[in-house]
Amino acid sequence: MKIGVPKEIHPDEKRVATTPDVAKQLIDLGYDVAVESGAGTSASFNDDAYRAAGVEIIDDTTALWESADIILKVRAPEDHPELGLHEAELLTGGKTLISFIWPGQSTDLMARLQATGATVMAMDAVPRISRAQKLDALSSMSNIAGYRAVVEAAQHFGRFFTGQVTAAGKVPPAKVMIIGAGVAGLAAIGTANSLGAIVRAFDTRPEVKEQVESMGAEFLELDYEEEGSGEGGYAKEMSPAFIEAEMALFMAQAREVDIIITTALIPGKPAPKLITADMVNAMRSGSVIVDLASEQGGNCELTVPGEVTVHNGITVIGYSDFPSRLPAQSSQLYGTNIRHLLAELTPEKDGAPVVNMEDDIIRGVTVLKDGEKTWPPDPPIKLSAAPKPQKKAPPPPVSKAEVKKPGGVVTMGLLAIGIILILALGTVAPPAFMAHFTVFVLACFIGWQVIWNVTPALHTPLMSVTNAISGIIVIGALVQIGADSWIVVILAAVSILIATVNIFGGFLVTQRMLHMFRR
Amino acid sequence: MPSGFLAAAYIAASILFILSLGGLSHQERARRGNIYGIAGMAIAIVATVSSDQVSNLGLVMVLMLIGASAGIYVALKVQMTEMPELVAILHSFVGLAAVMVGFANYVDPSVHFEGVEKTIHDVEIYLGILIGAVTFTGSVIAFGKLRGLIMSKPLLIPARHFINLAGGLACIWLGAWFLDAGSVGAGLFPLIIMSIIAFAFGVHMVMAIGGADMPVVISMLNSYSGWAAAATGFMLSNDLLIVTGALVGSSGAILSYIMCRAMNRRFVAVIMGGFGTAGGTTSSAAEAGEVQAASAEEVAEMLKNAKEVVIVPGYGMAVAQAQHAVSSVTTKLREAGVNVRFGIHPVAGRMPGHMNVLLAEARVPYDIVLEMDEINHDLPNTDVALVIGANDIVNPAAQEDPDSPIAGMPVLEVWKAGTVVMSKRSMAAGYAGVDNPLFYKENTRMLFGDAKDSVETILKSIT
Repeated sequence: MKIGVPKEIHPDEKRVATTPDVAKQLIDLGYDVAVESGAGTSASFNDDAYRAAGVEIIDDTTALWESADIILKVRAPEDHPELGLHEAELLTGGKTLISFIWPGQSTDLMARLQATGATVMAMDAVPRISRAQKLDALSSMSNIAGYRAVVEAAQHFGRFFTGQVTAAGKVPPAKVMIIGAGVAGLAAIGTANSLGAIVRAFDTRPEVKEQVESMGAEFLELDYEEEGSGEGGYAKEMSPAFIEAEMALFMAQAREVDIIITTALIPGKPAPKLITADMVNAMRSGSVIVDLASEQGGNCELTVPGEVTVHNGITVIGYSDFPSRLPAQSSQLYGTNIRHLLAELTPEKDGAPVVNMEDDIIRGVTVLKDGEKTWPPDPPIKLSAAPKPQKKAPPPPVSKAEVKKPGGVVTMGLLAIGIILILALGTVAPPAFMAHFTVFVLACFIGWQVIWNVTPALHTPLMSVTNAISGIIVIGALVQIGADSWIVVILAAVSILIATVNIFGGFLVTQRMLHMFRR
Repeated sequence: MPSGFLAAAYIAASILFILSLGGLSHQERARRGNIYGIAGMAIAIVATVSSDQVSNLGLVMVLMLIGASAGIYVALKVQMTEMPELVAILHSFVGLAAVMVGFANYVDPSVHFEGVEKTIHDVEIYLGILIGAVTFTGSVIAFGKLRGLIMSKPLLIPARHFINLAGGLACIWLGAWFLDAGSVGAGLFPLIIMSIIAFAFGVHMVMAIGGADMPVVISMLNSYSGWAAAATGFMLSNDLLIVTGALVGSSGAILSYIMCRAMNRRFVAVIMGGFGTAGGTTSSAAEAGEVQAASAEEVAEMLKNAKEVVIVPGYGMAVAQAQHAVSSVTTKLREAGVNVRFGIHPVAGRMPGHMNVLLAEARVPYDIVLEMDEINHDLPNTDVALVIGANDIVNPAAQEDPDSPIAGMPVLEVWKAGTVVMSKRSMAAGYAGVDNPLFYKENTRMLFGDAKDSVETILKSIT
């Protein structure tokens, strides 16, 4: 089977669906790979690099679409400016298209694609399950977008991110607020934090607090109880009262922070308007807002999608192509995501894809199978990110006294039995024995006290030193060696021999070990 | 020489022995403690030899010279990874010596008691030989298992509990016979039969116990060797032996208790042998998912970029002899400003404190080697947890799955770290035969291959 990678035609789109490295791995899966000439140039992968990886370079776009069985793209098909036709028209039945599709938002495109009779897999429809993470292109792209958002903000922000005390005076650190702690938000937190800024983050889902804090940001909390986790680990829309509390928080933060990065998206809905014009005006001059939701209309009222605008000295960045602004990185990650999908499709590594609709991942991404609509899939079965909030059952009412009592009684009972046994022994045993017995019991108690203080790190030396001192049994053999009976002498002699091995071996090896313990 | 002098020497020796064990409460005082132990032993032996109880000095000198040379030779030559074997074989010596001294004392015509004293004395001999015999063969089998001469898998004979019970009853019955015997000649027969049963019991008991339960077995045999010495002390009316035996016996007992608690198992269950044979076997495989492998180079990159690293070594590190490579990685990372620490589970390895000794041998400073309880609350703030050759001791099923055979066992909560790297030879389950859900966690990366090779590749990539 042949995989074809055409050049992206969307204006300013710099990404490409496969890199030379990924192409090599696709060839290992048994596929032939062809790339349109110049497809990777804007992502710094030239044709020669692809050729070196064993890829065929095809100059003509139409020829590429015709010869390939599987088409890999980044952007969804659209009107081709040079050929004067829609890319969907190049697709025919029996072929497979893998790219971002957005089937929920683009009904027209779905209809067009359905008419071709081809199989279409949407990289934006990867199910949110643990096993599918390695082909989750949305996460890969969001991660890049989050990183790039901070870099763009730094570009337009006229000051340091980090605080410094210099000979020329003190520089306060920049304060960054990030709204939405999804993949993009977390990436932005990490990047801003590593530049030295003070980072705060807000999210409607309380369970992400730990993740936010792990990235080094402060988690902003509302005095309002509402659970914001929706299906599949994404956020859902909130109640009006909640939004009011949220807005008050944002207003207060807007007065204080230098940079706001918004990443709030609700699947299949326009982006919620979180930053009002008033809030923008409340910010200090020179502040920057980066709106990662601009493609869905933007989280900020003043966002102009695709543009950078300035209001009262506050820059609002509304780019909708953040991943494309790091083309080499995003092509590599996207290509790897696709490669993982193809690996799932070709378990035999024979270059023949099997669309197994029983498989959760393949079922999820396949939006059209041979012209038949298979979208949306059944609701997700298992979640990975957000476990259901656990209703804490009240602990079973067990009173402490009840638990403790039997233990105490048993201990007391054992002690009583022990004392009775010793008393009984005392009535029959001769005094000499009782004297030894006293020594024995006291020694056991001393041992008990002393050994509990031994640090666990020294348990091995403890064992070897107890080995050595239990060689004291040599004394028993020593007093017997002078006996008249030869058999006693032999037994005693052997005992002395082996007990001496113990004494010397044990002490010496303990010394060796203890010598190694150093700070 | 007056007999008071001997008693005084014994008191001094007892005190020195107690100080010797007390010294082990801290690494810095430990070496001095060992010197106390040596001094106590020297005082005890010199005082005994110079007393009028001992004749045949020439023979004693020759024997001790041979024994000392053998002991010194072994102690200098032994590898630190072989410590469990050495400890096991030394236990067997104590057990064997106790058996021999017991027999010698019984057949020695110069020892004579009457009435209750004779009965008590005979009971002491009988018990001393019994415990000594079990210690001897048990330790020999433990040595064989640790050395790999005997399969470390538990040998589970059908009806083994009945065999043990029958052996126990036979020993009681033989004991009664032994006490009734009128003469030394008549008593010898039940004594020998009992010794044979005790030898067999020692073999059977340790054969039924698997490799990872070895820390308990070794501690238990340590304890037995102590009780054997104490019983010998009663038999010879020697307080020094009684004190030393009691110290060693309680030391072993405490270690066994600590080890059992660390595995959340009951002592009796360990001694009965087998693992999880009673309950339902492995947990449901529903969790099983896909594992994510990582190369040593990637792991090196992760470690370099981390701020907090916790290394959790297990028996696999000892087997692969990877401790020196681990130590070099630690040094390199610490030079680069990464805070590297070690988390040691009480039952990691084959004997108590095994991992600490190996790391100390590889010159890892002891103040970064922490116990499970010390490190567990720091794991959520750790960037990378590197697990080398350990499995059950980091198994989250112990906390998450109440049906798991290891449920309730305290474990190192490595999964709370940012990333967990498991260096393992294969996907095989650990000793407990329980599948480890940690392999499938999202933040887990598997580093397949021999621990030593993996760590050495990491070392190369870091420098």
